Order: sequence, then structure tokens, then C-alpha cells
Amino acid sequence: MIRVELPAHLRNLARVEGEVQLEVEGQATLNSVLDALEARYPMLSGTLRDHVTRQRRPFVRFFACQEDLSHQSADAALPEAVATGAEPFLVVGAIAGG
Amino acid sequence: MSKVRVLVGTRKGAFVLESDGKREQWNISGPHFAGWEMYHIKGSPVDPNRLYASQSTGWFGQLIQRSNDGGKTWEPVDNKFVYDGVAGTHQWYDGTPHPWEFKRVWHLEPSLTDPDTVYAGVEDAALFRSADGGKSWQELSGLRRHGSGPRWQPGAGGMCLHTVILDPKNSARIFIAISAAGAFRSDDSGQTWQPINRGLHSAQIPEPTAEVGHCVHHIAMHRSRPNVLFMQKHWDVMRSDDAGDNWQEVSGNLPTDFGFVIDVHAHEPNTIYVVPIKSDSEHFPPDGALRVYRSRAGGNEWEPLTKGLPQRDCYVNVLRDAMAVDSLDSCGVYFGTTGGQVYASPDAGDHWAPIVRDLPAVLSVEVQTLS
Repeated sequence: MIRVELPAHLRNLARVEGEVQLEVEGQATLNSVLDALEARYPMLSGTLRDHVTRQRRPFVRFFACQEDLSHQSADAALPEAVATGAEPFLVVGAIAGG
Repeated sequence: MSKVRVLVGTRKGAFVLESDGKREQWNISGPHFAGWEMYHIKGSPVDPNRLYASQSTGWFGQLIQRSNDGGKTWEPVDNKFVYDGVAGTHQWYDGTPHPWEFKRVWHLEPSLTDPDTVYAGVEDAALFRSADGGKSWQELSGLRRHGSGPRWQPGAGGMCLHTVILDPKNSARIFIAISAAGAFRSDDSGQTWQPINRGLHSAQIPEPTAEVGHCVHHIAMHRSRPNVLFMQKHWDVMRSDDAGDNWQEVSGNLPTDFGFVIDVHAHEPNTIYVVPIKSDSEHFPPDGALRVYRSRAGGNEWEPLTKGLPQRDCYVNVLRDAMAVDSLDSCGVYFGTTGGQVYASPDAGDHWAPIVRDLPAVLSVEVQTLS
């Protein structure tokens, strides 16, 4: 089980409160977690990754276990603590804008 | 008794303003989608409870929301706007080629006959259509593939397709406008397009009478006369009497012919409204006085409408989709400002009063007249 913390705007959009818990088949990677997230909450599709390029949106970052995972390969394994649910996978919107 | 529902899109959410036919007391609901940029909200002419809304932020991109109950509840529908085939390039500000990249939906235009069909004008400029209530979108790529596409260039607000007008007497005819490419018309339901910019003169571009490249800010039509179009261009107010084939300037005695909005009285097809704005860099009303100008002659002869509007120390702008009219017997006229005011006139512009004064910057105003 993967625990995902979404920023407030996306929690409102997905109509969830608190953490989202996901089952991910196979290895937990950025792609597999985000695919599972979008499959369960289709309204989030396109909000974190561009529909076409699948690239992370510039004002979105991914963190876990005190690490910035934003720039790692989307198919690289996430930390074991994320894969086991010991630590949450954090989706963070940049502190920016007016 | 008739009611009026005003749909307001702002930089930080959507607001719904409702009143009875007197248009004196208003109920204000919102913010809906607080914190999101709401570029445009518009209702279906055949099902007024069916609303479509364009919601976006720089963080999380574009969403489309749909309501089936007049804005009480909303559901997100498809937000996948993918250009058909290879997107290609347009001109960047410096004239170099720049890849076509989707940024946001500026304008949603529901079909005149089918509540599930809606058009979306987007940045970078293209026209999309949904025939399933927003559950999927397909580009009408004949527009972007018109041979002039590589010569289109963004205006200061981006290369946006901001105006979509459906002809009420010819279901195959669509008008659109792009900043800064100009106006285009399709006579085959959006499959093929032709530029309709003959008569426009833009001194700021290399070839002032070019086929494309004009910064058209907005176009309006009265449904009883679909061949008559009124245009607020970056500079110049223009009129066409032949569905855009030829344009004549009708700026007349306006204090400045720059502006963004233009609209037509609901019952008098020759009565039109603009809000002159000082440019190029100021983008606020001349002399700090907010004045709507009305022409009852279809242009050229304009009168300032000032009663109830601030006539000193006013430095707001009125953006291109931020004016609308209702269709009550005494036509109501509405506009929103970048200062967060939404003004209403229940008597065709003779008298104005703010419905609300302190919203976030207003991006769009649409009005529904409900029986």
C-alpha cells in the first residue's frame, strides 16, 4: 500500500480528505504510483503530468523520506519506505504565484 | 417572473450572481473553485442548467467543469486537449519559430441546438469540439492547418483563440478570432477555414493589411443579423456587413479606439457597446473615468454612458470576454473589471450600479436570462 499526500487544490478536486492510499502492482515508481493515482481519480489526470509528454508539470515536485524525487527517472524504484507505506509520497505544489 | 444569472470568471474563482427581472437585489454565490483561474463560464442556450467552465492554474494545468443544475454542483470532465497530428510552429514574439503548446482554454461556446456539444477556444490557438458534454475533445484542425498558421504570433496575453461565434441561421458557419492572427470563418462546420481580415489595418505589423497577423480583441454579432459583425481590434472598432468578407472602421468619435470588449443590444441589432481603454501600455480608462460608449447607429456615432460609473481615479481594465447582455424587455448590460467590480445596467446602459465591488480580477462575464 502506497500513501500519497496531495496538495489542497487536488484533494478538493478529487474530493478526498487526508492521505490517499493506493495499491500499486509491481515495483513502486513515479510512473506506477501516478498511473494508479490517475486510474483511481481520473479527474487528476493531466494535473501532475502533461497529457502528451508525461513530463512532470514545472510547478509540481515529488518528495519522500526527506528526498526530492522530482528529477529521478520516472521508472526508478521509489524508496522502500514508500513502497511499504511506512512513509508517504508527497506531491507538493510550488510556493509561487499571486 | 424572469430571472437573470450572471456567470463571472475571475483570477481566483467563479461567482454566480442572481437576481429577479428587476435586477436590483442580487444573490452572490462563490467563490466556486477558489484559488483557480476561471477564464470562462457559459451556459447552454437550449438547457440553461447545463454550464461549462474553464478552470486552470499554472500549477496543475487545465480542467473543464460541467454543471447540470445551473452551477449548484459541478463535475470535472475531460481535460485532454491534444493537437491533431504534428503541432508544428507559429511565430514567437521575436519572429522566430516556436512550437505550438497547449496552455489553457480561453473560451467555451456551447452549441445553439445541443447541450452536449460545446466548442473550446484555446491557447496556443486552436479550436476543439466536444459532442459528449465535455467527456472528450477533438481538435478541428483545419483551422490550425490553414496555411497561415506558421505566421500567427502571440499577443501580450498569449496566442489565444478567444472568440467563437456560432451562426444561428446557418449551422455550418462558425466565426473565430485569434490574437494575433485575426478573424476566420468556416462554412463547413469547422472543417476548413478562411481568414476574414480584409479591411483591417494594423500599423504595428510589417504588412499593415496582411491576410493574417491582426490582433483582434473580440467580435460580437446580433442573432437576427448574423452577417453583421462588430469587432474591437487592438486599435480600431470595425464593422462587417458581409459575414467578415470586408470590414470598415466605425471608431468615429470614440476618445480612443483601443479596447477589449464589444457587445450588441439584445433587441436593437444596431446598438453596440464598447469600453475605450488607453493604450498601448496603460490599459486603463482615459482620464481615470470609466465610460461605456454606446452607438445606436452601428458605429461611428458614439455617446458616453457614465451614470453610476466612477468618473475619477479609476484605473481598471475590462477584458475581452467581460461584457454581456441579458434579453429582458429592457436590455441589461453587464461588465466586469480587473478591479473586481461587476457593473449592471438594467436600462441598456443609461444607468449603472455595481452588483459587487470586491471580487478578484474579473476575466469573463456571461449572462443567462431565465424564465
